[in-house]
Amino acid sequence: MSGRVKPVTTIATIFFLASAVAPLFVASWATLFALILAKGIVVLGIILLLQAGQVSFGHAMFFATGAYTAAFWGKYVGGGDIVLFIVLGGITSAVFGLIVGLFVVRYREIFFGMLNLAFSMVLWSLLEKMFHYTNGADGIRVPRPALLGLSFTPETFQYVILYVSLLIAVVAFYGVQRYLDSPLGHMLRAVKSNETRLEYLGTSARRVLLIGYVISAFLGGIGGTLVAIIQQIATPEFGFWTKSGEFVFIAILGGSAHAFGAFAGAAMFECVRFYAAAHLADTWQLILGAVLIVIILYAPNGLIGLRQRYGQAKQGGH
Amino acid sequence: MANVLLSAKGIKIRFGGVVAADGIDLDVLQGENLAIIGPNGAGKTTFLNISTGYLRPQAGSITFLGQEITAQLPRTITKLGIARAFQIPQLFLDQTVMENMLIAAASRLGSPSGFRALSALPELSEMERLLDLVGVKLYASRKARELPEGQRKLVDIALALALKPRLLLMDEPTSGVASAEKLEIMDILTSALAKEKVTSVFVEHDMDMVERYAHRVAVWNVGKIQKVGTPAEVLADPKVREQVIGI
Repeated sequence: MSGRVKPVTTIATIFFLASAVAPLFVASWATLFALILAKGIVVLGIILLLQAGQVSFGHAMFFATGAYTAAFWGKYVGGGDIVLFIVLGGITSAVFGLIVGLFVVRYREIFFGMLNLAFSMVLWSLLEKMFHYTNGADGIRVPRPALLGLSFTPETFQYVILYVSLLIAVVAFYGVQRYLDSPLGHMLRAVKSNETRLEYLGTSARRVLLIGYVISAFLGGIGGTLVAIIQQIATPEFGFWTKSGEFVFIAILGGSAHAFGAFAGAAMFECVRFYAAAHLADTWQLILGAVLIVIILYAPNGLIGLRQRYGQAKQGGH
Repeated sequence: MANVLLSAKGIKIRFGGVVAADGIDLDVLQGENLAIIGPNGAGKTTFLNISTGYLRPQAGSITFLGQEITAQLPRTITKLGIARAFQIPQLFLDQTVMENMLIAAASRLGSPSGFRALSALPELSEMERLLDLVGVKLYASRKARELPEGQRKLVDIALALALKPRLLLMDEPTSGVASAEKLEIMDILTSALAKEKVTSVFVEHDMDMVERYAHRVAVWNVGKIQKVGTPAEVLADPKVREQVIGI
């Protein structure tokens, strides 16, 4: 097991170091990397649920919950601090995750996915229709917050939020890896492979899935809060089903066999979008679609799986 | 009179027109290996399903150590000390044999950690001992999926033993195993049960196995218990020989 994990951990370390250093040379990368890291945190949550064999098509609801927590604070209380936003965003989405989770963990597979989708669309329409509170489709601006009482110029702030995102991403990555290696994480995988046996060992499969779901919602909320701060806005789009699809897309792109798949996928996704959008205007979705087809056909276990496949091919050659 | 561990009284259940249990009364005594025999469809597995809470009887009650367990959830009954091994082994196929065992150990301990590594559980050496006891220690680091059927059955039983049960219910522990291996598996199994002081109830079709390994035999026929006794008594009964064994 450890032999399988270690090379990926090396790649992960290189990636995290690169996202700390590279933006120092290219200023536009600060926001790009911050977005990659923030979305990677959300996708960690998707990968967690994939361990139990469940795909949520509504996880953008937690992403939006985190984002709107920061936005509402700015609109109704004013001011704000990055640390405060992240703590509040994490708490509100975890609580929301617990409430939704109590319903959805009773279902599996397509029913699980669709029920998540339904909950997320309810939230999305509330954000759209309650114009008086949410400004509807226009969304709410999130003014640049301070960090522990310190204010920054826009130029400095993009680096501040990058390093905050990086710190949280590293902690979340480490935490999720520990979780997947722990008894609870193994039980989450057991929900996928044999729920009956798990129950006959005296463990409630629903409870195991609920714990995973709340953690996953928590990660979604923190990622959403970060993106709202990075982009300085929260819109109903954050909770729309295409956003949920994007997270699942990134998880498939990166591969769910290892927590790092979340960041590998997010890096690929955001880079293609960043550069394709700059050079090819409206065709970036087309390019992403083509990338996904290639991944599904030639690397069904995602970018992370490529490494394993290459490793095996090398072994077989000897 | 030995202590009664599990006691079933007046258990009835029917599936449409099929009567799978029609007033089952049975006491399982502490320390015994009780074999359940009977033709296909007599309701043997149904009895195990009811005893472990998988099915709810339409009438009757089951007590375990004097406590009512009728229609409790399987996981509640498991926690009380009744473990189950399956006719088709129920393992976590994508995980290693040791990981399977440690999941069972973590389940028994309750409130599993989400941060400390599974492999750091102090039960590791105890699980190794159990795997050794049923003779599959060799496979500890192999994925359950890679094991041959016979070995999977033993792991399935080891998983049940990892729960430190008082009573183990087994559905055809030697089915799907080559007849040459049957004796070996049953030898391993009965000595492991004796060593762990686990009472057992096992459904079996092979009369040789019953004669060799059971202390008592209960004969099932069309949802009723036709006869209970020692293997010698039961196998000598002309009605049992004719209707169940088919001689």
